[in-house]
Amino acid sequence: MQIFPCPFCGPRDEREFHFAGELGKTRPDTRDGVSDADWARYLHEQRNEKGHVREVWMHMPCSELFVLERDSVSMAVIGSSPLRGAAE
Amino acid sequence: MSAHRVAGRGRIDADAPLNFSFDGRAFQGRRGDTIASALLANGVRVMGRSFKYHRPRGPWGAWVDDPNAIMNVALNGVELPNCPATTTYLEEGMAARSVNAFPSARFDLKGGLDLFHRWLGAGFYYKTFMWPDWHLFEPMIRRMAGLGAVSDAVLEGYVADQLHDRCEVLVVGGGAAGLVAARSAAEAGQDVCLVEDHAECGGGVWQRAEIEGTAPADWVAAQVAAIVAAGGRVLTRATAFGVFDHRMVGIVENRAFGQAPRLRRMRAGRIVLASGALDRPVTFANNDRPGVMSVDGAGEMLARYGVLVGRRIAVVANNSAARAVLPALVQAGAEVVEVDPAAGPIRVLGAKRIRGLDQGGRRVEADTVLASGGLTPLVHLWRHAGGKLDWCDARQAFIPGRAPEGMVAVGAAAGAFDLESALEEARGVARGGAVEASVSHYHLTPLWPAPGAKGRQWIDFQHDVTLKDVELAARENYVSVEHLKRYTTLGMASDQGKTANMAGLAAMAAIQGRPIPEVGTTTFRPPFVPIPIETYHGAHRGQLWHPLKRLALEEAHRAAGAALGEYGGWLRPGWYGQGDVAQIIAEEVRMARGTAGIFDASPLGKIEVMGPDAEAFVDFVYYNTIRTLKPGHIRYGFLLSEGGAVMDDGVIARVDQDRFVISCSSSHVDGVRTHLEAWRQDGNDPDRIFIHDTTQHWATVTMTGPKAREIVGALGLEVDLSAEAFPHMRLREVVWQGGPLRIARVSFTGDVSFELSIRASRAEELWQALIAAGAPLGAGPLGLEALSIMRAEKGYLIIGKDTDGETMPHDLGFGIPRQKKTVAFIGDRSLHNAKANSTARKQLVGLRVAEGAVMLPTGAHVVEAGTQRSLGYVTSSYDSPTLDRPIALALIEDGVAQMGREVTIWHLGETRRATICGPCAFDPEGERLHA
Repeated sequence: MQIFPCPFCGPRDEREFHFAGELGKTRPDTRDGVSDADWARYLHEQRNEKGHVREVWMHMPCSELFVLERDSVSMAVIGSSPLRGAAE
Repeated sequence: MSAHRVAGRGRIDADAPLNFSFDGRAFQGRRGDTIASALLANGVRVMGRSFKYHRPRGPWGAWVDDPNAIMNVALNGVELPNCPATTTYLEEGMAARSVNAFPSARFDLKGGLDLFHRWLGAGFYYKTFMWPDWHLFEPMIRRMAGLGAVSDAVLEGYVADQLHDRCEVLVVGGGAAGLVAARSAAEAGQDVCLVEDHAECGGGVWQRAEIEGTAPADWVAAQVAAIVAAGGRVLTRATAFGVFDHRMVGIVENRAFGQAPRLRRMRAGRIVLASGALDRPVTFANNDRPGVMSVDGAGEMLARYGVLVGRRIAVVANNSAARAVLPALVQAGAEVVEVDPAAGPIRVLGAKRIRGLDQGGRRVEADTVLASGGLTPLVHLWRHAGGKLDWCDARQAFIPGRAPEGMVAVGAAAGAFDLESALEEARGVARGGAVEASVSHYHLTPLWPAPGAKGRQWIDFQHDVTLKDVELAARENYVSVEHLKRYTTLGMASDQGKTANMAGLAAMAAIQGRPIPEVGTTTFRPPFVPIPIETYHGAHRGQLWHPLKRLALEEAHRAAGAALGEYGGWLRPGWYGQGDVAQIIAEEVRMARGTAGIFDASPLGKIEVMGPDAEAFVDFVYYNTIRTLKPGHIRYGFLLSEGGAVMDDGVIARVDQDRFVISCSSSHVDGVRTHLEAWRQDGNDPDRIFIHDTTQHWATVTMTGPKAREIVGALGLEVDLSAEAFPHMRLREVVWQGGPLRIARVSFTGDVSFELSIRASRAEELWQALIAAGAPLGAGPLGLEALSIMRAEKGYLIIGKDTDGETMPHDLGFGIPRQKKTVAFIGDRSLHNAKANSTARKQLVGLRVAEGAVMLPTGAHVVEAGTQRSLGYVTSSYDSPTLDRPIALALIEDGVAQMGREVTIWHLGETRRATICGPCAFDPEGERLHA
């Protein structure tokens, strides 16, 4: 079982967290004629990288989203930071 | 009797006799015995029958590596299946039964199966029982194969404790290397925990005459005392069975027989693996006979239990470690003859009783055969953690290679089979030094299965896999070890191939003429030893597994005779009173339609959205336009996923300009809150929106029915309740008895309704006041079942019941925002793709059956004539007490365009007819709602 560091609550058991998405996905402006292909890419395409990943997670007890950097192969946690002001 | 007890030897308590039985015969063992050692001490060798061929079997090993001696054990009314006799400590009164044997292991009626072995090889069942249908044969085969049977009795109190723990250094294995590693680390000031699976630490030390100039007992006691004195912990009868992410080690702690083992989840800063090594079998003909044991197993039996396994022992070994065990056997009185395995093919003579060995016509008389094909380090945990293995030619074994982070192997587990160097290295490693395992004095002659050899040579004892099965698999091209494993079931039994895997992959390597490391190993997976499912389960049952949310009014409901049940995670009243349930529910509906019903709607979501950007936010998260909603007004709407599917429905009230209350479905509150939070923080300015779930802060009591206004009026509220002053879909905030009361005119029944929300702590006062006001008019409490019928009469839907994961709002008759809403909202783009625009979408409609017909079953399919293709299904179906006829809702392809059409309904082989109609069966004009 993994331990994730919530930037607000500290290290907690993985069962308290929900994966929200990969970092860097931006919702297309739907008032601006988004093509089927672009919308499908937004909905379904994931980078699913091997190795160093940056993801958005929610710590359920405090409901805060944050950026989790980890290694998808070794499961090592590299760090976490609040989502606010996160660079793409 | 060849095996017997030697006085004065072993760690057992000779003065503590324990009575037990095996297959109905009475025996006596000693405290400290395992079932297997006690039986051997009594001269019993046949302890079970094999899985497939029903061959007689006795123990091969003395501990977790034994694949053969598996028993059902009963004590004090508790019976547990598949207990390994070599690791189950004897207790007074135990009754052990051999498994897969009838009437007993000695005389097994199915022993004749072994005569048909030629036709029972790998893949036999798959090939033979294909025609006409495997399922015809399966029950019989399942009865004939397999091991223990589970007792039907429920084990009261068999609940595993589960602990969370941490330490700086976890040492796995309490043998010599583990003890000195733990001691060094503890004395260096680290928080150390050592786990040892035997009842006593010491490992292979007990087989030695002395260690570092001291008697084994004194040496072991001194190490344990030093660890404890330095603040370390020593857990015995505790097995580290798996390493999981972030160095969480699963430890199972065995307790007295019949008590569920305890699970300790140990978070270790560093893991020192000192799990030792196993003696591996030698593959020769009839190497599975009872009385063929590992050399190390015989050494352990003597050292720990004072059992000498034979009187005249033939030894087939290829290595120095095995030879080092022999003097102790001789000293205990055995006559030992070494047989060089390189001198020719070996065959065991005798069946239930061994008569000797035959090697190329030369006969060696013996009552026992000990074999050792070399030591295999126990690297399971190393592999769980992602450590690599290196092949070592000198040892002919896989030894730990590149280490996983925070883990180090010492002693025999690291390939240091020589005690002196193992101790030195373990001390160094515990202080943070590097491993420099040297082969030192250990040497062996490679000895692996020889393809094409005569006779039946066992590879996997527990699953009855022979060398011929491996050869067959290779011929049929199952050459990858993972395929070999699954085709022959090699290594898939409860021992997980501890003795079988190396022989199996070496056999495959030999057949293909490839080096062993090229063939590779199968994946090592937890658990290292069999563990009762209960251990993982622990106290997570009932309320501790799935805690129900409780109503503030629960006591009032109980007092009113409510039948409480789970509805969407809440314990809620289904109906009130006892008797014919359908009748009671119908009466409640008639009461609510005739006068009024009062129901507890507290679980309805009350998520507040506040702040300067709240209006834009709710407009974005809702399908419907919310920005035009005026303060004090309420609107019904949908929340969609980005895929356009309806996620939840409910009303949203605007309390004032910057404050909304979202009333989502009772069972969706947590999901909706999370959904809103995610969008608030990602894509919006979280400083300008605040979301607060107040669902549990307010209790909601709803009065519904033609007399609802009159009853609520009796509360004497400072508000005009008339239809003109307080119409449908309006919100009022008033003060009642000194506290705030929120009144919403919304309806889930189609009748005039007032939803009264009050501070949860004052719910009882409100409930009693309304009950008291309603009673004289014949109004009373209304359960959830009656409410479900009333909403279905009106065609009001329940998300997840009357919708599925593909339902979009326009399938439910709410198409306007899809066409007209001009600002962006969640799911908007998905409502305009090819699938959303299709005419073949499933739409919500009603179904009507012919006069006098019974109601349709929920879940029945609407099928296309001829093809029988499903066009949709019945989502809700009830007998309507109001209309005195069945009603139903359904999702049907292009259903709205087919009003009045008769369709075919199919359910479990029966066909019915029904007519498509509008979903609203009662008061379609809504006169009652606005009355």
